[in-house]
Amino acid sequence: MRTLRLSKGTGEKMALEIVEGCVNCWACLPLCPNEAIVEAHPHFLIEPSLCSECVEAFATPQCAAICPVEGVIIDELGQALNPPGSLGGIIAGLPAPAANPQVGA
Amino acid sequence: MTIPHLGTPVSASGCSAGSCGSKSAQMDALSADTLKKVQDHPCYSEEAHHHFARMHVAVAPACNIQCNYCNRKYDCSNESRPGVVSEVLTPKQAVKKTLAVAAAIPQMSVLGIAGPGDALANPERTFSVFRELQQRAPDIKLCLSTNGLMLPEYVAQIAAANVDHVTITINCIDPDVGAQIYPWIFWNHRRVMGREAAEILIAQQQKGLEMLVARGILVKVNSVMIPGINDAHLQEVSRVVRAKGAFLHNVMPLISEAEHGTHFGLTGQRGPTPEELQTLQDACAGDMNMMRHCRQCRADAVGMLGEDRGADFTMDKVEAMEIDAQFEQAAMQRRLALREAINAELEAKRNARHAAPVLQFHAPKRGRPVHMAVASSGGGLINQHFGHAKEFLIYEASSAGVRFLGPRKAAQYCGGESDCGEAENTLARTIAVLADCEVVLCSRIGFEPWGKLESAGIMPNGEHAMEPIEEAVTAVWSEMLKAGKLDVAAFEDQKRA
Ligand code: SF4
Ligand code: SF4
Repeated sequence: MRTLRLSKGTGEKMALEIVEGCVNCWACLPLCPNEAIVEAHPHFLIEPSLCSECVEAFATPQCAAICPVEGVIIDELGQALNPPGSLGGIIAGLPAPAANPQVGA
Repeated sequence: MTIPHLGTPVSASGCSAGSCGSKSAQMDALSADTLKKVQDHPCYSEEAHHHFARMHVAVAPACNIQCNYCNRKYDCSNESRPGVVSEVLTPKQAVKKTLAVAAAIPQMSVLGIAGPGDALANPERTFSVFRELQQRAPDIKLCLSTNGLMLPEYVAQIAAANVDHVTITINCIDPDVGAQIYPWIFWNHRRVMGREAAEILIAQQQKGLEMLVARGILVKVNSVMIPGINDAHLQEVSRVVRAKGAFLHNVMPLISEAEHGTHFGLTGQRGPTPEELQTLQDACAGDMNMMRHCRQCRADAVGMLGEDRGADFTMDKVEAMEIDAQFEQAAMQRRLALREAINAELEAKRNARHAAPVLQFHAPKRGRPVHMAVASSGGGLINQHFGHAKEFLIYEASSAGVRFLGPRKAAQYCGGESDCGEAENTLARTIAVLADCEVVLCSRIGFEPWGKLESAGIMPNGEHAMEPIEEAVTAVWSEMLKAGKLDVAAFEDQKRA
């Protein structure tokens, strides 16, 4: 049975969130032990009622351990689990590089 | 004068078949078992790639490592590089698409899963496609590509699925080199960074390679050549992987543009020049020649090698098709009949080559080698308009025969995008790509490019339209020889001038 956990201090439900900058790469989705991650547009989302932040299951949240983009998975305090620079700083969520090759045509 | 093919017995006896640069001689040198496995594989056999088709289905989106030459952010529709696709398919869609393509293109003989992420980072999706196709189209060969990280864990499943070709991308066997290529991997439920990551990845790749070979599964190794990082190291990689039983080692150039947003693109890491690439391929020698026609297909490539008919089989078109068991059966029968006919033709050609008179000893040992570029849309013929060519096949003709060096991408018009340059600029870039060539063979060519090529020292030639490539290259070289253009001294003078 799933129980909702409350994080200490804030009284808020523990859940990670995927924010703008996610590149829909799918890496996180199959790893989530609670199937909390959903394919969505413009970017993937975490269903907060299902996310346990991987507590008990793993030493570290699995989605954040594989996400290739800095800053796109945040905790309930808005802190990035992969802060700027932590993955080499090149593939950051936002802002997009100036020379965006999207052709659109 | 006739120039014998390098595949004739005489040239094979003149040097070891493994290093003389002859594709056909090498095919002959492979074990009968291996030969049988590769002979109708459009990606592996240079003879077969004119006749058979392959497709990749993009069912494996997730990836478990980061390479400095990849950025999963972009799906640029103008691009045709590995790991780039426009639509991710569900396993069910992938099966339907495969069956639809295999019914429409009876040459279809290979189905590959190569991404857009890593086939083995998506094991459930990958293996469910393989299982289903084995039931419904057992004549189609299955192959997969992987970075190798999860390979040892899945070798048993790969064998059970009857996969007979696996491609592993191995860029290094030295963790210090690896640390410059892979910033991190996902391993045992955590992210591992730096040298330790490279160490684990390399160990897994090598172990996986050994396990596959032990089970008799064909293994090809791909390497990305990154100048200044692994270029010198790749000769050692080549030696090791082939000693362990990889039957092909294919060196591909780094594709690196700032606008791709990859680490290498943004740090200004350049790719190799065509000459550097070729020098390394020559240095690694041997059976790589068979892979010189590798086009670095997109993970959703469809069709004959070098062509991509993906646009004819988008998912909405495929979903609209009715495919039932009877239809599947009939399509498979058509494929089997065609394959038998093609194999008989190839067999006859192989036999004819063995029987061919040996002329090399009579051929004068003079005339310098010449590189020629060919515009071809397939079938081994010179049958493409210069302006339509997305790539050129580069051949080298010399007194020793004709040898295929590999394909080169032509510069592309970017659909009128303002930042993609002018037509003029595109032509100039194509000319730069062909700088070492003296002749370009095509079915037709416009007036303007003709003049530009000629003044760049590349002679356009449309006289051999619709002829087989190797014969035409031979004929042109012989004419040049007769005209006295190939004297070594004359060339030296030319260079001095
Ligand atoms: S933190 Fe864990 S439970 Fe929450 S979405 Fe990520 S993988 Fe799933
Ligand atoms: S791994 Fe990161 S970038 Fe990829 S889909 Fe998940 S949140 Fe988005």
